This record gives sequence, structure tokens and C-alpha cells, in this order.
Amino acid sequence: MINNKTKNVAFNALVKKAIDVLMFPLIAILLGLFVAVFFVMWAKNLGFIDGTATLFSAIWEGTFGKRANFIETLVAMTPLIFTGLAHSVAFRTGLFNIGVEGQFIMGMLAAALIGLIPGIPAPIHVTLVLLGGLIFGAVWAAIPGYLKAKVGTNEVVNTIMMNFIAMNVSNYFVKGPIHREGSASSKMILESAQLYRFLSPSERVNVGLFIGIALIFVIYWLLWKTTIGYELRAVGLNMHAAEYGGINSKKNIILAMVISGAIAGLGGAAHVAGTIHKAHQLVGFTNYGFDGIAVALLAKSHPIGVLFSSLLFGGLNSSARILQKFRIPKQIVYIIQGIIIIFVAADYIYKWLKEKKKKEAIKNA
Amino acid sequence: MEKVIEMRGITKIFPGVIANDNVDFELRKGEIHVLLGENGAGKTTLMNILYGLYQPDKGEIYVNGKKVNIKGPSDAIAMGIGMVHQHFMLVHNFTVAENIILGSEPKTAFGFKIDYKKAIKDVKELADKYGFNVDPNSIIEDITVGQQQKVEILKALYRGAEILILDEPTAVLTPQEIEELGQILKNLVKEGKSIILITHKLKEVMNMSDRVTIVRRGKVVDTVNTKDVDMDTLAEMMVGRKVNLVVEKKPAKVGDVVLKIENLQALDHRKLPKLKGVDLEVRSGEILGIAGVDGNGQTELVEVITGLRRATGGRVILKGNDLTNRAPKEIIEAGISNIPEDRHKHGLVLKFSLTENAVLGQHDKEPFSKGIIMNYDVIREHAKKLINDFDVRTPNEEVHAGALSGGNQQKFIAAREITKDPELLIATQPTRGLDVGAIEYIHKRLVEERDKGKAVLLVSLELDEVMALSDRIAVMYDGKIVGILDADKTNEMELGILMAGGTLNKKEGEHDKQ
Ligand SMILES: Nc1ncnc2c1ncn2[C@@H]1O[C@H](COP(=O)(O)OP(=O)(O)OP(=O)(O)O)[C@@H](O)[C@H]1O
Ligand SMILES: [Mg+2]
Repeated sequence: MINNKTKNVAFNALVKKAIDVLMFPLIAILLGLFVAVFFVMWAKNLGFIDGTATLFSAIWEGTFGKRANFIETLVAMTPLIFTGLAHSVAFRTGLFNIGVEGQFIMGMLAAALIGLIPGIPAPIHVTLVLLGGLIFGAVWAAIPGYLKAKVGTNEVVNTIMMNFIAMNVSNYFVKGPIHREGSASSKMILESAQLYRFLSPSERVNVGLFIGIALIFVIYWLLWKTTIGYELRAVGLNMHAAEYGGINSKKNIILAMVISGAIAGLGGAAHVAGTIHKAHQLVGFTNYGFDGIAVALLAKSHPIGVLFSSLLFGGLNSSARILQKFRIPKQIVYIIQGIIIIFVAADYIYKWLKEKKKKEAIKNA
Repeated sequence: MEKVIEMRGITKIFPGVIANDNVDFELRKGEIHVLLGENGAGKTTLMNILYGLYQPDKGEIYVNGKKVNIKGPSDAIAMGIGMVHQHFMLVHNFTVAENIILGSEPKTAFGFKIDYKKAIKDVKELADKYGFNVDPNSIIEDITVGQQQKVEILKALYRGAEILILDEPTAVLTPQEIEELGQILKNLVKEGKSIILITHKLKEVMNMSDRVTIVRRGKVVDTVNTKDVDMDTLAEMMVGRKVNLVVEKKPAKVGDVVLKIENLQALDHRKLPKLKGVDLEVRSGEILGIAGVDGNGQTELVEVITGLRRATGGRVILKGNDLTNRAPKEIIEAGISNIPEDRHKHGLVLKFSLTENAVLGQHDKEPFSKGIIMNYDVIREHAKKLINDFDVRTPNEEVHAGALSGGNQQKFIAAREITKDPELLIATQPTRGLDVGAIEYIHKRLVEERDKGKAVLLVSLELDEVMALSDRIAVMYDGKIVGILDADKTNEMELGILMAGGTLNKKEGEHDKQ
């Protein structure tokens, strides 16, 4: 009886927690769409009902409504799974790895380079490409991680610098040694280095999507079922208690950066091997790394959440083109994304303030 | 008598617990009213409600006879209610005066600049009025905990508090500081202030208070006049059974040296020498207590032994195994466990569940994990065992540690560290913030460890505790051990002299130094 009662209470607490966790992201998304409706009304001179209808049917068509568009949604989502996960791991350890962008680029570069090596049988070649991306990304993140742990320099500043270096390193190769004449990109990687496109060779969605989804569960398992995750999260939540418990926080800071960078690098390699088959010259950043910040924030740094938030952001990105068909400026999509981010950020600030208040209450135990 | 506060039928429910169950509480003008109760009885929750940090689920609050709705601390402050938390909330690199005026700064004529001259003058006047001995210009991190607490009280007074809530203010104070605080409280009451005091120390209840309200498991048991009761009755009323206030222990069966410390030296956080050559031995089967005024190197000594601070000289040896400057992990594995001084900083990851916290420091050991895979079934059972054995009051083992009352957090940490069954158990302030029933139990368990042949190093600012538990007492002063005495051959006075840096006559001071 008593046991039952406590179980019930525990269950209720769980439901309450779930609502608590999911509520704000959902509200943020709805508000984002709501505000976007007004822009549509304004841009197209429509009433509220018509505006809503137009926007929603456009977004629906652009994301799921047509086979081709749905495929593009999945294509756009794939790199965001990786970068969203990469940010989540760092956030959980109390780090902000803005360098995911650069690590992603290094992953792309690794794939573009390794993908050109002739004479390797397909399964091995693909594996090498992915492994290369993973290692490039990991190394690129390990440098600022090491500096943070040993010298105490801020990872945010260092990773931003590493992003620029990555961009220029990539451009050096893409414009030089592996440049394809008359193009703004590298040579096509060999067929043996390409990830399988499971629908048809001309439809860009590829096995990279499944690798990403599998990785979601791997990271979930890593964070909550292994000693490695226990240590990473402990360091992220209370470094002093972690140290007291024999956990080496410096080691874990480096490890978190390496894992984060490896995921990002893997994502970059999968992007080249599966979707674009070459590396482009970069005039600016790819933005996959930066969009990953929003993906992770909306997902509350939870791997499972990344699945949904990457789908949302991927869908919005891919629907941008379709909107123009409806004569809705595609910038509407960025407005929606921006508003979601602002609300999620506001939620964080609100939580932070509440936490501060609660800390006063708890401290006073 | 005029009632300044009246709380009627206050109920507060947290997931799985009723923290306050229909609580009635009143505070009269000019009285010191103690709120007494077991760990987790709901004292802090009730006061957080009064200070506006929590909203009650039911019940009414009257201030000076008027029904009020306190939505946040700023409301409470506006009504003249001030609260001093057990862990202070001061800005460490600000001066005393700056901290006190923070949030209600006096402005210069045009309202742009903070008027520091006025601030310092105001603070000084206030301090003098109530007999606080603090310098408005000193920096917070340079003053003692006792002084910091005075700053907290001054801060509340500066904001016009007529009613002062003090939540376990004496838990971190030395006996002298407690006495000073007692005097200050008396001065405040003389000026017409009214005070609510939470404390677990029955001696203080008897000395300081006019009335006592006893709460147990969220309900009020009774409100009594202090002069009508004695310590034993109070203990029984709060715990619901007779409590043995003296520690019972058999003579020690002392064995080999377990911990040997030789000429240990270390710096403090300001990089100044703090440990200046500590020599110490702890043997199996004994409790060695370290007595000393706060800030004489006790904290640093424990930190060096446990690997959290670097030694700049000397050695730490456990059973012949040199552990000097080894990583905390190696030291834990060598068999040292530690109930840490600061439970929020070191003892717990507050946002981890109790289950996760139960294996902090052992998470990578069998049976809790195998390879990198954690076995949460085993860990959960372990957490349940800790909770049961040490009577930790919690709805279940899945709540995060931050949701426990302070005393229950402490019990949980003690449970974890004692249950590790180490070679050397370092207990730093092991009973800080515990109720008498819980203290009795922890003391019993520490004595049990000793009787099992373990070595116990007890570091406590409470002389009573050191004297009751220890077999030998080492007095620490200015980074050195200045004397080691047999617990049953010494007394408070002797220890007091040594703790203040004095010397006993030679024969006595040397008699037990090996
Ligand atoms: N924020 C919270 N969330 C969930 N439960 C809480 C929270 N704060 C307190 N509780 C629960 O409410 C009960 C009363 O806690 P409270 O802190 O008021 O106890 P206390 O009397 O101050 O005890 P102590 O002497 O140990 O400080 C406890 O069982 C505690 O677990
Ligand atoms: Mg309390």
C-alpha cells in the first residue's frame, strides 16, 4: 500500500518532469510559428486565417508533403544530428564547444582527402573516410580542450579561432592539391568512398542518417549507463565534488572535447561521403556547427531530444526553398528559427534565475 | 504579548513529502524563539515560506496582525523580515560595507553614484549600536566565518529588519563566536527586535531562547517556555524517544600505525604557508581528534591528505604506502575515505540523484560497474541500504540530492563514507547540522569503526564532540600540532590554552608525543 503510494508519487513526479521538460520547447516552437504568421500576413497582404493556412501548407509541403522535399528534410537533418549531439556532450560537461563548426569542416576535409585515395575496396574505404573525419574532428577539439585543462584558457575563444583556422586549412587543400579545374570545389571522392544512398543514387538521403540516429543512442548510453558519462556529467555539474570523488576533471574536460569533436568530425565526413561527395571552397562557414547550438539547446542537451530538434531545424531549412514557390520570403524560416532560439534562451535565463533563488533556499538547509 | 508573526495552518507539499503539515507558529515581539526538530522536520521550509522563497500550498501568514501575501524575499524585506542563511551569500571580493549595502545602496545627491562615505558611516553606526566587532573596510574573504555571519546579520538589519530569521547560525561557529552571537542577539532583543532561531544544539536552546516550538515530521509537537523544560525533555520531544546524549565507548584496542604524517607543509588559497610542518600518527583502533580554532590549518591538512591540495613538503604515508601528492583516486583506492567539511562543495553533486551520489568515489569499482558499464540495479540497492541504515529522510532514492534537508544530506554523505569500510576514515565536522538523534547514531557508527580496528581521524570545531569521541586529541595551532593529549586525562581548559597558542608546562605538553 505504502509502496504503491510512493510509486504513484514517483510516477506523477516523472510525468510532471516530462511536462516540465517538454513544455517550453513546444511553446517556443508554437510562438515561433505564430510570429512568422504575422510576417506572412504582412509580406503577402493576407488575413490571419489565410496567412496561417499559407504558411503552414508551405512549410508542410516543404518538409514532409512531397517525396522530394521530405528527402531533402532528411538530408538537411543529418548533419544537424551530429552537430547537435556534439554540442550536447560538451554542454553536459559544462563546456561550450563553439568549435563544432571547425571540427565539422575538418571532418569534411578528411573525407575529401581520404576519399580520393584509389584502390581501396568499398567497405574499407568508407570506413577509413569516416574514421578519418572522426580523428580530424577529435584532434581539432583536443587542442582547445588541452589548453583549457592545462593552461586554463577559455575554450570559447580558442575554438572560435580554431574555426577560422579550419576554414583556411580546408580552403588551402580545396583550392590547391585537390582542386577540381573550373569548379569551386574539390575533386569528387571515389565511388568506393561514398555512403550508400538507399533510395536511389540520385536521391541524396544516405546511410549517414542511420549512423546519426544510431549515434544518438550510443551517446545516450554513454552519458547515462557508463562510468565515462557519469564522470563527464559529474564534472559538468560540480567539479569540486567530482575531484573529491577521485574524478580527474582535467582529463574529463579534454575527453569531453575529444568526444564532441569526434562526433562533429564524423558528421562532416558523413556529409561529404553521403550527401555532397566533395568539399566546397568556403567563403563563409557551413553553419552546420552553429545550427547545432540551437539544436542542442532546444533538445536540452538530451540526445533523444536531438532527434526531434534536428528534424525540426532540418525541416525548416529544407522548406526555405519551397516557401519561395509560395512567394513567401525564405527569410521567414530564419525568423522562426531565431524566435525559437530566443525563447529557448529566455527559458535558460529564467531557469538560471529560478535556480539562483532555489539555491538560496537549498543552501539554507 | 504582541504577536509580530503568526503563521496559521501552513502546509507545503514537495513531490513525495509533506514538508509542513498544517503548521501553526507565532513569534512575539522581543522574544528569541527557537524552532527545534529532527533533520527534515520542515524547519527550513517553514522559514523559507515566511521569507517568500516558497509559496505555501495552504495556510495564512499575519505580520503585525495583518494578513499578508509574501511573494518573494523583497516583499519579506519590505515587511521588516530578514533572513540569514546557513551558507552565506556574500560577494567574496567585496568589502564588508559593500556587501551590506548591496541592493539598497545609498546614492549621492544626483542619484548616480553610490555614496560610499555614507555607507561606511551607516554600517559603522549600526555595528556599534548592537556590539558587532567588524571593520566595514575589510574584504570578505579575509575575515573569519563568524565575522561573515555578523555581516549577514548586519545586512538584514541595514535593510530594516525588525524580525530576524537565523537558520542554524551556530553550525559553523567556534564556541567563542557562539558566545558573541548570543550577546548580539540579546542586544537586538533589547532594541525590540524579534528573532527566530533554528539550531540543533540543545545547550544553545537553553541559553539563548525564551520559547521553543518543536516540530516532528512536518507537524508541530508543542510550543513551550524554555524555562519549563530541560535538554533531555527537549531531545525526547523532538525525536520521539529517549536520546543518549553521552557517547558510550569501551577502552580502545590500539594497533599499528595506519596514517603517518611527517613534517607536512602546504600553502593556502592565497599561496601563503598554512601547514608549517605537521607531524601526526593515527593508529588502528583509535579515534584521533584534532581540536583547534577554525583556520589553523585543519581544512588544508585534510585536503592534502585526500589529494585535493598539493603538499609543498613532508610526507603522508598510509600503511607504509607513500601517498604524498598522489591523485585523489589513488588515495581513495589506497583506503582513505572522507566525510568532507563542505557538503555542497565536495560531498554531493546536488543535481545527481541519491542513487548516483551513493557511489561518488566508487562509481568505477565492482560491483557498481564492470569495465565502463555501470550496474544501476546494484547501485540503487546500495543507495537504498545507505538510506535505510542511516535513516535518511527522503521520499525515495531517485530524488536529486539538492531536495534533501541539510541534515539529511549530511547523513547520506556520512553513510556513504562509513559504509565504504576504509582503512582510515577522516571525519570532518561529521555531525554538522545534525539533530541529536542523528548525532547519537553517527557517533555510534564512528566508535564501531574504531572497534573494528579502523583508524579514525576526527576533525571538528566542536570541542564537546572531540572530547566525547576521541581517544587522543591533537591540538592544531598556526599550522602545527602543538600538543597531543589523552582524551581522558585532559580537560576543556587545557585544550583551550593550547588552542589559543599558549603552552602547558613542559611535562604535560610532551607526555603523549611519540
Ligand atoms: N526543494 C525541495 N524539493 C523537494 N523536497 C524538498 C525540498 N526542500 C525540502 N524538501 C523536503 O522537505 C522536507 C523538509 O525539509 P527542510 O529542509 O525544511 O528540513 P529541516 O527541518 O530544515 O531539516 P534540517 O535540520 O536537516 O535542515 C525534507 O523531507 C526534504 O526532503
Ligand atoms: Mg534546515
